[in-house]
Amino acid sequence: MAIEHANHVALSLQEQLPIWLIVIPFITAPLILLLGNKQLAWLLSFVATGISLFISILLSLHLKSGGVISYHIGGWAPPIGIEYRIDATNALILLLISSIGTVVLPYAYKSVNSEINPKHHTLFYACYMLCFTGLMGIVITGDAFNIFVFLEISSLATYVLVAMGAYKDKRALTAAYDYLILGTIGATFFVIGIGFLYMATGTLNLVDLAERISSQGLNRTIRAGFGFIVIGLGLKIAIMPLHLWLPKAYTFAPSAVTVFLSATATKASMYVLLKFLFSIYHPSFAFEENTILIIFMPLAIATMFLASIVAIFQTNLKRMLAYSSIGQIGYLLLGASLMNSMGLTATLVHMFNHGITKALLFMGAGILALKVGKVSYENIAGLGRSMPLTAAAMVVGGLSLIGVPGTAGFISKWLLIQAAFANGWWQISLLIVVSSLLSVVYVWRFIEILYIAPNNKMGTKTEASASMLIPMWILAFACLFFGFFTDLTLGTAQTAAENLLSLPNSVLQTTLGDGS
Amino acid sequence: MTWEFIAGHMNYWLFIVLMLTGLYIVIAKGNLLKKIVGLNVFQVSVFMMYISIGKVTGGTAPIFPYDATGHIKLDSEILYSNPLPHVLILTAIVVGVATTSLGLALVVRIREDYGTIEEDEIVDAEQAIAAKEHEDQEPWLV
Repeated sequence: MAIEHANHVALSLQEQLPIWLIVIPFITAPLILLLGNKQLAWLLSFVATGISLFISILLSLHLKSGGVISYHIGGWAPPIGIEYRIDATNALILLLISSIGTVVLPYAYKSVNSEINPKHHTLFYACYMLCFTGLMGIVITGDAFNIFVFLEISSLATYVLVAMGAYKDKRALTAAYDYLILGTIGATFFVIGIGFLYMATGTLNLVDLAERISSQGLNRTIRAGFGFIVIGLGLKIAIMPLHLWLPKAYTFAPSAVTVFLSATATKASMYVLLKFLFSIYHPSFAFEENTILIIFMPLAIATMFLASIVAIFQTNLKRMLAYSSIGQIGYLLLGASLMNSMGLTATLVHMFNHGITKALLFMGAGILALKVGKVSYENIAGLGRSMPLTAAAMVVGGLSLIGVPGTAGFISKWLLIQAAFANGWWQISLLIVVSSLLSVVYVWRFIEILYIAPNNKMGTKTEASASMLIPMWILAFACLFFGFFTDLTLGTAQTAAENLLSLPNSVLQTTLGDGS
Repeated sequence: MTWEFIAGHMNYWLFIVLMLTGLYIVIAKGNLLKKIVGLNVFQVSVFMMYISIGKVTGGTAPIFPYDATGHIKLDSEILYSNPLPHVLILTAIVVGVATTSLGLALVVRIREDYGTIEEDEIVDAEQAIAAKEHEDQEPWLV
């Protein structure tokens, strides 16, 4: 039969890299279950994340100065087929997720041993790999429905991972339940939004969506879709009034899980939100500009302040860090709502920098939790003197969280302040500085308790083992390194911001008529 | 708004009713099991919306026959309906089943550890734990 076949060209190994990034960790998960051995499970996960990290580094070096890699799943060309589309923006986020995913594993081995029911250790690594795959998938894919599928893969795995904290504290179960309810509502809202967009445009490919939305102009369906997508992703990111699941989930999840999630999960959803805000819908649509200025910016500022103030009054280290994470989401949102390329660069750099900073701090909290059980300030008092290496790394993390010059946190906050000035909004810059002062208070509070407060009742503890300290110090050095050498982060983020803001030529020439 | 418009969009009205019913159950009910039921109704409503998009009045399945020369024969007379939303919803149904089963498993575990699946009793139990261990109360502000 003379059926027309698409020309099938065998791809070289190198051209297959994008799919390997997803397939390798994905296959590892069932493999771990089949083998059923804890040590082997750890080794396989480490190898799989390591390979993903290696591929991400290759891709981000390749894309640092611009360009796009488009991979067609099964040889079906977009917009019909699913496309994996990598540019500088998601290469940066992929790099963040895969590097944190790799660094967490050596740390996790000891932490998992003590914090999770021994029966569930193998399952833990399987879920971890699924969560990792899901997060990578959210970021890499160029298909709107595919984002939803990966979002749910990562979320379902996350609920299980959080619930595993029940071995130590049964409140992990209700934390996971709350997260499941809110997370599912969020994902369903997102999929309703995608449905509206599909209804109005007849496509699911993100690039195609952007072109069709701007060529056909806005209508009520597209605007309703925008609302659903923003609320749905807002729940996943934990933007201020939608953040209620986060503190409990981060506090009661096993330490290794918290480290991984705090650095990656909200960032992946944030990336999707940025993609929708700036690439698919365009900020020059009046309704979107109003949404950003009237809703996002006040929320971002409120998040920065309220969450930081609540963090100051916490007496549990993990819960304090969870609230500080919410506060940092405020900075991410603020950078995006400044709507200039510098603000967007600041958001992207801060996603990366805050990822490594918060992972470092939660690692410290996890090490302390291993020694004293619950990381209330009462229990950890004075441990800085007997565990100098752990505490010193945490100080580095704390400084980066505040944004002291010489640390990664400074770079992103400095950019954010500059971006606000670029818009002529000096008041915003002032607010950023003031909210950073709030973080000085909560960071100083735990540093003081670690070093200066009298010893806790449980007496001194010995220093943590090397398998936990090394990952922690890798992140600590990364915090310092990216505070001095900003080529990789800043350079990529600048290209990335331009990518997000640029539209296909056909789009720019069309007058952006809106139906409002 | 004419009667034809209202009756012709019956699927969409039902979608809205089901969606809001589901969401209301999730928010208003204190029983963890009932919340899962509400979540299910909410998710199913979305399936309904997607499948409604795929339906074209008078449309038929998009199966293209080959003509004698082996080329796809397209008949512009025939109206084809779009199969893609159905396929998407197959995936979403699988996701929904996974979410429900995981939610139910969590409810079982909560019942084992707390002895109740009523939200207010669980909150009381957790406050008792927090008070015993001198933890902070949940901040009222955020």
